[in-house]
Amino acid sequence: MTDIAHHELEKLTDQDYKYGFTSDIDADQAPPGLSEDIIRLISEKKKEPKFMLEWRLKAYRHWGTMKEPTWSHVHYPPIDYQSITYYSAPRKKKEGPGSLDAIDPEVRATFEKLGISIDEQKRLSGIAVDAVMDSVSVATTFQKELAKKGIIFCSFSEAVQNHPDLVKRYLGTVVPYTDNFFAALNAAVFTDGSFCYIPKRVHCPMELSTYFRINAANTGQFERTLIVAEEGGYVSYLEGCTAPRRDENQLHAAVVELIALDHARIKYSTVQNWYPGDKEGRGGIYNFVTKRGKCLGKNSKISWTQVETGSSITWKYPSCLLIGDHSVGEFYSVAVTNNYQQADTGTKMIHIGKNTKSTIVSKGISAGHAQNTYRGLVRIQKGATESRNYSRCDSLLMGDQCGAHTFPYVEVGNHSSQVEHEATTSKIGEDQLFYCKQRGLSEEDAVNMIVNGFCKEVFRELPMEFAVEAQKLLGISLEGSVG
Amino acid sequence: MLNINNLHVRIKDNGIEILKGIDLRVNPGEVHAIMGPNGSGKSTLAQVLAGRETYEVTQGEILYEGKNLLELSPENRAREGIFLALQYPVEIPGIANSYFLKASLNAIRRHRGQEELDAMDFLSLAREKMKFIKMDESFLNRPVNEGFSGGEKKRNEILQMAILDPKLAILDETDSGLDIDALKIVAEGVNALRRPDRAMILVTHYQRLLNYIVPDYVHVLSGGRIVKSGDKGLALQLEEQGYAWTEGGV
Ligand SMILES: Nc1ncnc2c1ncn2[C@@H]1O[C@H](COP(=O)(O)OP(=O)(O)OP(=O)(O)O)[C@@H](O)[C@H]1O
Ligand SMILES: [Mg+2]
Repeated sequence: MTDIAHHELEKLTDQDYKYGFTSDIDADQAPPGLSEDIIRLISEKKKEPKFMLEWRLKAYRHWGTMKEPTWSHVHYPPIDYQSITYYSAPRKKKEGPGSLDAIDPEVRATFEKLGISIDEQKRLSGIAVDAVMDSVSVATTFQKELAKKGIIFCSFSEAVQNHPDLVKRYLGTVVPYTDNFFAALNAAVFTDGSFCYIPKRVHCPMELSTYFRINAANTGQFERTLIVAEEGGYVSYLEGCTAPRRDENQLHAAVVELIALDHARIKYSTVQNWYPGDKEGRGGIYNFVTKRGKCLGKNSKISWTQVETGSSITWKYPSCLLIGDHSVGEFYSVAVTNNYQQADTGTKMIHIGKNTKSTIVSKGISAGHAQNTYRGLVRIQKGATESRNYSRCDSLLMGDQCGAHTFPYVEVGNHSSQVEHEATTSKIGEDQLFYCKQRGLSEEDAVNMIVNGFCKEVFRELPMEFAVEAQKLLGISLEGSVG
Repeated sequence: MLNINNLHVRIKDNGIEILKGIDLRVNPGEVHAIMGPNGSGKSTLAQVLAGRETYEVTQGEILYEGKNLLELSPENRAREGIFLALQYPVEIPGIANSYFLKASLNAIRRHRGQEELDAMDFLSLAREKMKFIKMDESFLNRPVNEGFSGGEKKRNEILQMAILDPKLAILDETDSGLDIDALKIVAEGVNALRRPDRAMILVTHYQRLLNYIVPDYVHVLSGGRIVKSGDKGLALQLEEQGYAWTEGGV
């Protein structure tokens, strides 16, 4: 590492996490700890129908029989599940579900500060937002307009109240509570999230999005997102996340389920920017998430795009079950780790239907002492004849203290299918940096440019506004961390 | 414009000394050719002028427009008008040539207190320069040097030079790997850039280039020293007799 690069790295790591502020919000909180009583309390607070409570309790009992997974390439001290607060909801100023006026002005101001306006009139671009703070959704915009097309876009709690049949039909069908330790925990205690239903042949006219904000201390955020696209439906969905800067770690264990029926398409994009911890590795969010999509119908398509820059630990594998014939799964990922961040991320593409296709493009960038792991599984089942997968995993290292690891697992159960895998690991080139600087670019701009070029194939999958946001984020996360 | 006195340079990593006392003076408007055997230190000299951090100057000084060049960062040297066409141009995957060039040009313009060019103005400037060096416009949209042929990379360096408008241009073997037509085009391009206030240093192995770009001075670099200097006749002599006769001729 050059002296200048060293200096730049110092500068960077001293830089503020822009979203690290805390808001003073009057909240309704459950006591810390996890028990059947707490689960009953959550279910009661949410006035849930009986089937929900039963499902939660089954999940909780199952969770009790499970062990925290240890196979991933991440390290953290044991989590004390009894010290976490599982329910914390900003109090509404007035009663009345879904009313945008009822929101605490402090909550509104918090989202404004994050660049998320829950004021419909103020939004310029066609993006509807579900704003989730801690355990609950505080507002969902453009619901009425979307309803005209038959689209349901609301918080999970509202969906449970207003569309229990749909929830009952699809909840847990993609990620059952038995799936894994964190999915079981989530099923037991999840408090909110977003629900989205696209009816037959409806092309959702605006981007739908959920913005997740953790505010309260010592709480965990457990939300669920469920998206169903009926025959021929289309939706592009965005997800963003931030949290205050704190010395303690906080747990975020979410579950996302996507279901695409015949000819339906779901595009799911994430820009994850949870607080990453400080440069010594203190604090930050544990982001343990299960995301999976089911391409149930023929010719259906699910596409995951993620830009992961935050969290002290990220553990997630957005996956696709390609059940319908000719269905398509895609995974585009940029994972950036700096300082002491750890990321173990990748995807699973399970080919079940005939002529199914999947594409995996993963770009891992590590700087500082960070560890970045790609873990992927491509399984082509016996009946999934004439199927195809293309995978490409590139790692970029900045400095010599960080690590990149790639674990691609491939299982092909028939002879007519094809799997192609490419992987590269490179260091950010001193020659590239010199070249850029020789053309007048600053070290920062040079790094930014090289890294953005490296991530190009992923960024172009993001909706425009998100792509710009992602590029900026990447710049902030990495400025000067060169070696 | 450029004044190099007793320059000693070694490789930072292993301390091997490459340049062992270089003296060179370049005035505005002049074209200097530097020739010399492989491994004699020509590229090292070129890169040290541009501020490459893998080298360390252990003795001597470099003055550029009266200022101590060694105190300037590589990017500030570029902004102050030093341009180096690399012997091996570097690829930057995923970044369009036009984007790279525009960012460079605007960084330099900002430094000079000029207004930045917007996309439209930049494009018309780039088109004009490309036409001039007979480079297809499609190269603007391709990633920087990625997948370019050897000759195309060299031509791209000339395009950058033409757009960035340097005061001191150092071309490190820009003629190597060019076909005859390309060589002529590049030479014409370079000649068109000759100006009374602009100096050039051409590193080359071939006298042929110097038929097109007639230098004011020719220097022979050997074993980290300039062992001979002369006018364009020196290049002809080298062509006939090789480098052997220059040895011991300090
Ligand atoms: N990292 C290094 N370790 C050891 N020797 C090095 C290193 N880098 C460069 N050198 C040596 O420095 C010497 C000068 O190299 P330089 O590239 O300046 O030569 P050149 O005159 O440009 O040669 P050519 O005509 O082949 O381009 C060479 O002998 C080269 O092997
Ligand atoms: Mg050379």
